[in-house]
Amino acid sequence: MSATAPISPTVAEAPARALVEIRRVRKSFGAHEVLRDVSLAVPEGTVTVLLGPSGSGKSTLLRCINHLETIDGGRIIVDGELIGYRQAGHNIHEMTPKQIARQRRAIGMVFQRFNLFPHLTALENITEAPIGIGGVPRARARARANELLDRVGLAAFAGHYPAQLSGGQQQRVAIARALAMDPKLMLFDEPTSALDPELVGDVLDVMRELARDGMTMIVVTHEIGFARGVADQVVFMDGGVVVEAGRPEDVLDHPQRQRTRNFLESVR
Amino acid sequence: MTALHDATLALAPDATDDDVVAIPLRRPWRWISAAVVLLLVAAFASSVLTNPNIDFAAIGEFLFDPRILEGVWLTLLITAISMIVSTVLAIVVAAMRLSSNPVLSTVAWFYVWAFRGTPLLVQIVLWGYLGLLYAKLTVGIPFTDVVFWQVNTNELISAFVAGLLALTLNQAAYSSEIVRAGMLSVDEGQREASYSLGMSPLYTFRRVLLPQAMRVIIPPMGNETISMLKNTSLLSVIAVLEIYTQATVISSQNLKQVELLIVASLWYLFMTSVLSIPQYYLERRYGRGTSRTLPPTPLQRVRRALATRRPAPAPAPETKEVSVV
Ligand SMILES: Nc1ncnc2c1ncn2[C@@H]1O[C@H](COP(=O)(O)OP(=O)(O)OP(=O)(O)O)[C@@H](O)[C@H]1O
Ligand SMILES: [Mg+2]
Repeated sequence: MSATAPISPTVAEAPARALVEIRRVRKSFGAHEVLRDVSLAVPEGTVTVLLGPSGSGKSTLLRCINHLETIDGGRIIVDGELIGYRQAGHNIHEMTPKQIARQRRAIGMVFQRFNLFPHLTALENITEAPIGIGGVPRARARARANELLDRVGLAAFAGHYPAQLSGGQQQRVAIARALAMDPKLMLFDEPTSALDPELVGDVLDVMRELARDGMTMIVVTHEIGFARGVADQVVFMDGGVVVEAGRPEDVLDHPQRQRTRNFLESVR
Repeated sequence: MTALHDATLALAPDATDDDVVAIPLRRPWRWISAAVVLLLVAAFASSVLTNPNIDFAAIGEFLFDPRILEGVWLTLLITAISMIVSTVLAIVVAAMRLSSNPVLSTVAWFYVWAFRGTPLLVQIVLWGYLGLLYAKLTVGIPFTDVVFWQVNTNELISAFVAGLLALTLNQAAYSSEIVRAGMLSVDEGQREASYSLGMSPLYTFRRVLLPQAMRVIIPPMGNETISMLKNTSLLSVIAVLEIYTQATVISSQNLKQVELLIVASLWYLFMTSVLSIPQYYLERRYGRGTSRTLPPTPLQRVRRALATRRPAPAPAPETKEVSVV
């Protein structure tokens, strides 16, 4: 597959400063090139929706942003800081696990399969990181966790273990858990794909509210309705490149590329 | 209301036909097999209890003999120390086995291979002979003349220490495989979720992965503890005075071998029974969040049973009248 130049590679003309800047990121697994010169900018306080067929590298890109995957080249900058590496001369060098852990605290992530800690209650899931690594006093962390549970509509479920919660409830706890570290950026990797259809709405509502409150978000999802209603920017990826990026009404309703059109046809 | 009443009345004539009792299948073989087994058990018990060659008074006499009690204490001490130290070591070896560093994982593999592949008895004797192999033990920098501390092996490695070393190192090999299986049972997503929250690898291991692995680790470790308790008897070959050695020392004097073996066995049975109690509670502790409701503890069960039994089963109409008056 030839790497087509994206129609609008970045949203440089947007007024807000870019909280996330991805510049020419490359990533391979063995001989398989999963990301090829991906560039993308996410202005502060905006929502970017990543679309694309299976295997196009959406999850990989998201995981590179909080350095769950290393990159082979290029740069990822969040809030002015190079992620996972420090510049030394021309090249960049990987940081120590401790430095990387510190950077990750500012980046929340929500997974397709929730990944709640099954041995901890909903409340403990939320307070574990703030108390254990954020140094927040126990009482304050608990108060904040209860506040967050209330915000995701689960105030009554603080003492429940994940196994006692529905998928939609688990995912909302997972969102609250990520928010407890007061991240500047939230990454969502298909947060509703593992949910029964009737539970999707509750999770999307929480995400909508988060977007309204001005959280910067990058969301991988196949929920076109969500993209249309909430996204400031829609990015279509295929074969490890950004094929097309722009405002949702442009990309979703008047896609310029045949590949985008085919994909949108298939998910509708 | 009346319609319902009519419907009931309409059904009434046939109701007698439906008033039947279901009789379960008779199972005579259950009774016969139970009787045969009971008979065999009784025959064996009587052959033991009426055996003139067993001196029951001696069993009673030696059960709480101070030497036996000392042996019990030493058995418990050795079991406790070697289980605790070997578990710590096992976590290290398992972490090495799972490490992406090929040197560490290979060394760990060899460790398990060597200690699991040779009989424990041989290892115990080897450790007992350590003084022959290395006359002096030295702490210093390898391959240099720098020495921080040196001691004669036989001074440091008493039979007790040799026994502890043998049991601990052997057990660590087995336990490391149990720990490793436990770690592998934890979903990879748990690590990713922890990292994404900014937890360090060590913190993730301690607070997220290990507690979940414990659920898988504890039942086999309970087994291992019980094995360990019994395996301490092997230390008799290097004359560690645990209970079995004490029993054989006493019986070599009074020639009541069988009686003293029974004494030792009774103590082993008692100790292994007691050991299963902490296992039960540990399993509950680490089982949190896995079953929707935890079963009650035996204590809670007893309390509940007492609570339901205590109020006299008074006929319902009577209590109704009392409450009205
Ligand atoms: N750890 C890995 N090792 C090897 N290959 C990988 C690994 N992770 C992902 N890949 C490969 O990289 C490619 C991109 O994967 P990625 O998960 O980023 O796709 P995706 O766009 O998120 O797809 P989906 O919609 O199915 O989630 C796939 O071909 C996948 O097989
Ligand atoms: Mg994916």
